[in-house]
Amino acid sequence: MSASDAPTPAHGAPAPLLKLERITKSYGGVRALRGVDFELAAGEVHALLGENGAGKSTLIKVATGAHAPDSGRITLGGRTLPALTPVLAQELGIACIYQQPALFPDLSVAENLGLRLERGGRCRRIRWGERRELASRLLARVGAGIDPAAEVRELSMPEQQLVEIACAVGAGAQIVIMDEPTASLTRREQESLFAVVRDLQAHGVGIVYISHRLEEIFALADRVTVLRDGESVGTRPIREHGQTLSEADLIRLMVGREVARLYPPAESVPGEVVLALQDVGCRASGVRQVSLEVRAGEILGLAGLVGAGRTELARLLFGLTPADSGQIRLNGQAVTLRSPREAIARGIAYVPEDRRRHGVILELPIEQNLTLAVHRRLFPGGWLRDGAERSLAEGFIERLGIKCAGPSHPVGTLSGGNQQKVSLGRWLATQPKVLILDEPTQGVDVGAKSEIHRIIRQLAKEGLAVILISSDLPEVLGMSGRIGVMRGGTLVATLPGGTEAPVVMAAALGQGGGK
Amino acid sequence: MKRYFRELSVLAALLVVLLGLAVLAPGFYQPQPLLSLLTREAPTLVVACGMALVIISRQIDISVGSQFSVCSVCAGLLAARGWPLAAVLPAAVGLGALLGSLNGALVAGLGLPSIVVTLATMVTLRQGLNLVRQGEFVNLPDGVQWFGLSQAGGQWTLVGLALALLVVLGLGLRHLAAGRQVYAVGTNAEAARLAGVPPRQVTFAVFVLLGALTGLAAVMNIVQSPQVQPLSGAGLELKVIAAVVVGGVAISGGRGNLWGAFAGLLLLACVSPALTHLRIEAYWEKAFQGAIILLAVVADGVRTRRSQP
Repeated sequence: MSASDAPTPAHGAPAPLLKLERITKSYGGVRALRGVDFELAAGEVHALLGENGAGKSTLIKVATGAHAPDSGRITLGGRTLPALTPVLAQELGIACIYQQPALFPDLSVAENLGLRLERGGRCRRIRWGERRELASRLLARVGAGIDPAAEVRELSMPEQQLVEIACAVGAGAQIVIMDEPTASLTRREQESLFAVVRDLQAHGVGIVYISHRLEEIFALADRVTVLRDGESVGTRPIREHGQTLSEADLIRLMVGREVARLYPPAESVPGEVVLALQDVGCRASGVRQVSLEVRAGEILGLAGLVGAGRTELARLLFGLTPADSGQIRLNGQAVTLRSPREAIARGIAYVPEDRRRHGVILELPIEQNLTLAVHRRLFPGGWLRDGAERSLAEGFIERLGIKCAGPSHPVGTLSGGNQQKVSLGRWLATQPKVLILDEPTQGVDVGAKSEIHRIIRQLAKEGLAVILISSDLPEVLGMSGRIGVMRGGTLVATLPGGTEAPVVMAAALGQGGGK
Repeated sequence: MKRYFRELSVLAALLVVLLGLAVLAPGFYQPQPLLSLLTREAPTLVVACGMALVIISRQIDISVGSQFSVCSVCAGLLAARGWPLAAVLPAAVGLGALLGSLNGALVAGLGLPSIVVTLATMVTLRQGLNLVRQGEFVNLPDGVQWFGLSQAGGQWTLVGLALALLVVLGLGLRHLAAGRQVYAVGTNAEAARLAGVPPRQVTFAVFVLLGALTGLAAVMNIVQSPQVQPLSGAGLELKVIAAVVVGGVAISGGRGNLWGAFAGLLLLACVSPALTHLRIEAYWEKAFQGAIILLAVVADGVRTRRSQP
């Protein structure tokens, strides 16, 4: 059993809150879980780590009763069961906080909490006073300064997560599962989330914490279980005998192979200025007075908090929210960028942040996704040439290392990292001069991440001017030749490559650390 | 093979019906009634091609019946004034395109939901026509019916025209970049926009094309009788949408093709003569058609559910 190689956590609970043994689960012919063991002690933060497709979400679905396992045993609250139902899981004290909170946007916070927590018949009288009071109490408990009467749609994503957590607390959850809770949070919001997690932990709640960000796991978790290809490859304490688990060890467990270097070295020497902005702004999207230059062969990183205006600047350059002031020069010529078509024609490519909604069309085949932005060039006269399409697709599949069963399969069948490569390939097909990458490795597993980094490096070497937007600070620092820092819709600093993370973060936060 | 499973299963169902009729009611296969059947369905097929494009782009147009009536009456009035068919035809197509562009402008330009916009134009056009014409029939001059050809010649012309349009549009949808863009917009309009495909232009264009085809279909209909009924298009929208959906075009956009829509149309069109030949009362026609539509929709639902883990 897994307990033999992993000593009981520091808090030393005798019986685990949740114990999953030899869980298997297949979808169609695909074996998502092949005998996974997992256990969670009271008062423990147990990180669950693994590449995309390793089986994390399936395991969560089994633990919350959403899907029944094919075989295996679940021990929860002293009861051993072959499978859970969502209702039973809830009764036994399991709550799950998803990345995208599942709240009713048009109802108030108090109503949302009431709907989830209040018991009783459909025709019972709602006691509004009690409902509001309960909501305030729970919100205070999780340290959220949210008005219970506020409509959920007015709340930010982190605030909505706090409402979810308040709901879990209100339900008396003993086990809280958090699925990439910090994906859309700023550093400061992360800190307050961590405080809530630690408070829950102190109250004896067991927390399953899923995240791609290793530094969070080191900061928060007591133990970590790594999944790979549907199997648990190991459970390790983060700190043991005064020694901390090393990041490289953890990555090796996840990918099963050495990731040689996290960031490949820069090889390119910046050339001519390709894109130059002079006091560019857009009132509608809040971008103000941005001046910057990007050279051929250069990777310009854009750091900043969520909402600092980085994506807005990218959308401006791509003609989605055109600039209404300042001047944009491409290769020395003043240009206007009023629509994506115009931007594409001028050699600007934008790989958007939301891959699944904007980057690719999941239902269409890989080849059709790859050629979508180059219809005019590839198909002069508008007549599709299947051969040309196929060979272009095969070229990109090879060049970018897209793992797929063939170019005619829908993009939706690929893993996140490979979908991202398709999105990237579509833009490389336009033979751009400027490539804007918005969070290119978000939600991408470690192996695919380093491949994407290698591709970006290669593109810069070939003379592309790259703008890299990323909330993953080590990525920006590791990849960029220069780092632009944005705050409040404008560029507040341009720092040389190799700048220390705290310096960049300080610039992003501004003086006094205000947002 | 797997990719066209949905279309092939409609085709298989059609073949089963045709084969069943060959065994149980060989009388169905007399050439003249069969040609008449195809001629009656020819205008519907033309409208169905346009409707398939609109539905693939994730829109719908329920005003085609009213557009059809308006175009029919206007074309009839022009013909009655002595316009030659060669002039009436482009006029009707142009009028249809104009009506389609009204829908297109409201849907694409203002971003309004197409079901509401076309519901409004459906009612407005229909009531407007009633108000102006008071249900009056238009008598057509000689030489309009069957394009002035013999009945068989006219029938073959209509069937040939409809099939030619089907082939041209069907191939265009598959082999033109513009056709690909209809699918892209119908599947994910925002992703298409970010890839430089203009969703508004595509949406506008499919509505205009549907309107133009409806205008053409109206002319193809009036040449089949000596008079124009003022409400000749009543219920056409339902017939056309049913054919398209039975033929495997996803009502949620992005999926399907014209060959499937054609097979769906034939399958539904076979019901009425099949019942006659099998000596089943005609009341059952709608029930059978309804059952076919239900079956198609359920099959689509089951398929979509299965493909999602």
